[in-house]
Amino acid sequence: MHWEMVMGLEVHLQLATHSKIFSSSSTQFGAEVNTHTNPLDMALPGTLPVLNHEAVTQAIVFGLGVGAEIGKISRFDRKNYFYPDLPKGYQISQFFEPIVKEGIFDVPLEDGSTFPVRILRAHLEEDAGKSVHDAIPGHTGIDLNRAGTPLLEVVTEPDFRTAEQVIAYLKALHALVTYLGISDGNMSEGSMRCDVNISLRPNGESAYGTRTELKNINSFRFIERAIRVESQRQQDLLEAGHTVTQETRLFDPERDETRAMRSKEVANDYRYFPDPDLLPIVIDDATIEDIKASLPELPVAKRRRYTEELGLSNYDANLLTQERATAEFFEVVAQTSENPKSAANWVLGDVSAALNKEGISVSDAALSAIDLAALIGRIDDNTLSSKMAKDVFDALWQGETNVDDIIDRKGLKQVSDSGALEAIVNALINDNAAQVEQYRVADEGKQKKLIGFFVGQAMKASKGQANPQLLNQLLKEKLG
Amino acid sequence: MSLTFKSIATLSHDLKTGEVSSRQLVEQAVARIETLNPQLNAVVCLEAEQALANADQADAKRAKGEHSPLLGIPMLHKDIFCTQGMRTTCGSKMLKDFVPPYDATVVQKLRAAGMINLGKCNMDEFAMGSSNETSVFGACKNPWDMTRVPGGSSGGSAAAVASGMVPLATGTDTGGSIRQPAALCGITGLKPTYGRVSRYGMIAFASSMDQAGPMAQSAQDCALVLNAMAGHDPLDSTCDNTPVPNYHQTLEHPIAGLRVGVPKEFFSSHLDTAVATVIDTAIRELERAGATIKAVSLPSTDLAVSTYYVIAPAEASANLSRYDGVRYGYRCEAPNDLQDLYFRSRTEGFGAEVKRRILVGTFTLSAASYDQYFMKAQQVRHLITQEYDHVLDEVDVIAGPAAPNTAFALNDTSKSITDMYMEDVFTIGANLAGLPAISLPAGLVNGLPVGLQLIGRRFGEAQLLNVAHQFQNRTDWHTRRPTLEAVR
Repeated sequence: MHWEMVMGLEVHLQLATHSKIFSSSSTQFGAEVNTHTNPLDMALPGTLPVLNHEAVTQAIVFGLGVGAEIGKISRFDRKNYFYPDLPKGYQISQFFEPIVKEGIFDVPLEDGSTFPVRILRAHLEEDAGKSVHDAIPGHTGIDLNRAGTPLLEVVTEPDFRTAEQVIAYLKALHALVTYLGISDGNMSEGSMRCDVNISLRPNGESAYGTRTELKNINSFRFIERAIRVESQRQQDLLEAGHTVTQETRLFDPERDETRAMRSKEVANDYRYFPDPDLLPIVIDDATIEDIKASLPELPVAKRRRYTEELGLSNYDANLLTQERATAEFFEVVAQTSENPKSAANWVLGDVSAALNKEGISVSDAALSAIDLAALIGRIDDNTLSSKMAKDVFDALWQGETNVDDIIDRKGLKQVSDSGALEAIVNALINDNAAQVEQYRVADEGKQKKLIGFFVGQAMKASKGQANPQLLNQLLKEKLG
Repeated sequence: MSLTFKSIATLSHDLKTGEVSSRQLVEQAVARIETLNPQLNAVVCLEAEQALANADQADAKRAKGEHSPLLGIPMLHKDIFCTQGMRTTCGSKMLKDFVPPYDATVVQKLRAAGMINLGKCNMDEFAMGSSNETSVFGACKNPWDMTRVPGGSSGGSAAAVASGMVPLATGTDTGGSIRQPAALCGITGLKPTYGRVSRYGMIAFASSMDQAGPMAQSAQDCALVLNAMAGHDPLDSTCDNTPVPNYHQTLEHPIAGLRVGVPKEFFSSHLDTAVATVIDTAIRELERAGATIKAVSLPSTDLAVSTYYVIAPAEASANLSRYDGVRYGYRCEAPNDLQDLYFRSRTEGFGAEVKRRILVGTFTLSAASYDQYFMKAQQVRHLITQEYDHVLDEVDVIAGPAAPNTAFALNDTSKSITDMYMEDVFTIGANLAGLPAISLPAGLVNGLPVGLQLIGRRFGEAQLLNVAHQFQNRTDWHTRRPTLEAVR
């Protein structure tokens, strides 16, 4: 039997606010345990939550970014369960009336088409703390630094049929939130966490099968792997005549398998009810319009502009728009050099390779977009050969500035003066009569090799500064 | 010269003229607490030394010409308010050794106004009770009759004021916890509008109804203290920023023409007939002062208690989840595992009434009963609020009894749990609707005080205090004192 995979996603985005969603404690990652905590974060008796409006603004920004409806009135509810890293014994979340309602998010695919994902809702909530094992022998420690960090949980309809679609969605979501500046989207630090609801059904069947939920997988690669492993597990079960149990499962990348976390049958009844400590969030049209006006150009618009106005391929446009910093860097290079295609090649080629090698982001690189544009200008006006350009690029990468100074200092000026080149070529022909003779009788393949020999010699004679295209052309004429 | 039972206004005047010092007031209050408390059990924490040091500071300020009305006046806080560095138990074993690292806003505001806090008052555990018998410190006694309860949950506060330990104690009122003990102990207690006084640092019972207020000998004293307690607090989102009037300034306004509504449902079979007579007489007194008395109806009064006992336990069940033995508070000995830690810490740390309400609240919020109980109760709450608002469109204040009876006997085994819940039948409506309400002494039945309740419009505290003060200008019930013979 052929099976169709059906998936829906829940993504928790950590919002980029300075302080927690209901307290003034810092949200900075990596601090010493329990130092970003105050009486509220520790749920001391009598403390009360006060909403951080920065989180509300960021949630609205997100909603507008995915083209969703913004809830004019939304509320906070209490989700009750006991866990040591949940100090109040309930999590403040939005169950009944979320701040972001339905929307459709167009996810770009490599072929330039888009894949519409229906966003069901996105709601604000607070993060829990962390249980720390091994820190205190024989005990579990609790670190409440993360407790109260604002999260936006983005829930989709079950619209995904392949792992590729899931990854494309997550990448687009990542691009979107970093563009909007509302989350750093850092998966390894937990700023973007993904739960996948997954089920199988026979091809052509319209009813959904029983689903399992894969929790908190922290890289694109593992998500893809977890989906494949879990769908295979379900398929094996179904084909053997068994049923799938609705449950939460964890992906173990070491063993390359998923295993049950807790069964929904014994799962908590969360006893949601409106939190009486917080007033409803009321958002008026003027606020929404103000925020809309302040939004940056979004990836989807940028991609369209890159292909339609700058003539880039869909593939390049996709890659360039995945991170806002990259896109902005590219745009400065393209605009200053007036050569978008070359700008794209450099940014996706040498720049990207150098960044990957050092493991840094473009905003941390010493290289400036203006200098890279100047470098492209010097290639375009034939001052530099592509080999020379790499030398100059390396210098820029190391933090040197001013392309023309580098060219002067390195003496890298390409010889494109045909008189000077002609003199070199004539001298070569005189000094290498045997090779010239061979060339005249050789077949095409052999001729290519001999041209290579002459070009090499000429480059040597010109100390590498001869314009290779011009040189080729001259040699062919003279050897003719 | 005895300073006991002098009003805050008088004491303030005496402090200003130098007739008395704050140190003398505090010394006398401490002495009286030490004499009376072993039997009354109204005070569960006394910090005399710190209070005396603060009194000296207040005296120094007075000497420099600083004369704010509350400067140097001794007081006590209900043990539900967090006091920095001073044990705060909420009447529970769960918090028996809890010392908060911060002050409740009410505590901070009254200190800023110059009041001298001597310590903490006994109360029902987590404010759940109408008799002060659920306290881990044991029952507090009624100063009028040591075999009877002072009411609850702010029983210690009421008994402390009624016995002349201090002229002012704070209380909190979720379903009547200021007004019912005020009535049973013969003092004046005000529950402000929900949102008038900050809840920050006040240990939560039912967050949508909890409200702090003053308990004193007169409406005038309550007005002086409310001036300092009320007002917006950025630390409490539900605390309103409606401007705070000077409650003292309007006390002497004549009440001629005042429209007083008397709900017929408040004179039901629940009400003791002798109490009904006292209340009726008190209402006639308002009429003699020029008020118009009007019969009104609050048809859903009978539903108030059951509505309250769905909503309050639901909120409480979540509010009390933080007491899990993990970070602070009671923790069981040598837990086997996490489940055992939760189970035993909470089983051993909470008393029976608290556990009962947590269980009820957990049940009414569960998926299977949410619609039937919690949702339904919210709808009825809305209905009750509308009924009150509708009546208050036609009259200025609603008048009736604060409690269905006078103080009842301690350990009264004939009183069932639901009988106990009926103690709140006349007070709960104001909590469900978020309205201000006051209880003031209106007479005695068999030597025990009876409280008249006045309910006003939202943020209408000034009018309530004005009416109460005018009543107290014409009567002397608020100056009647228990003999305390059994204590001496």
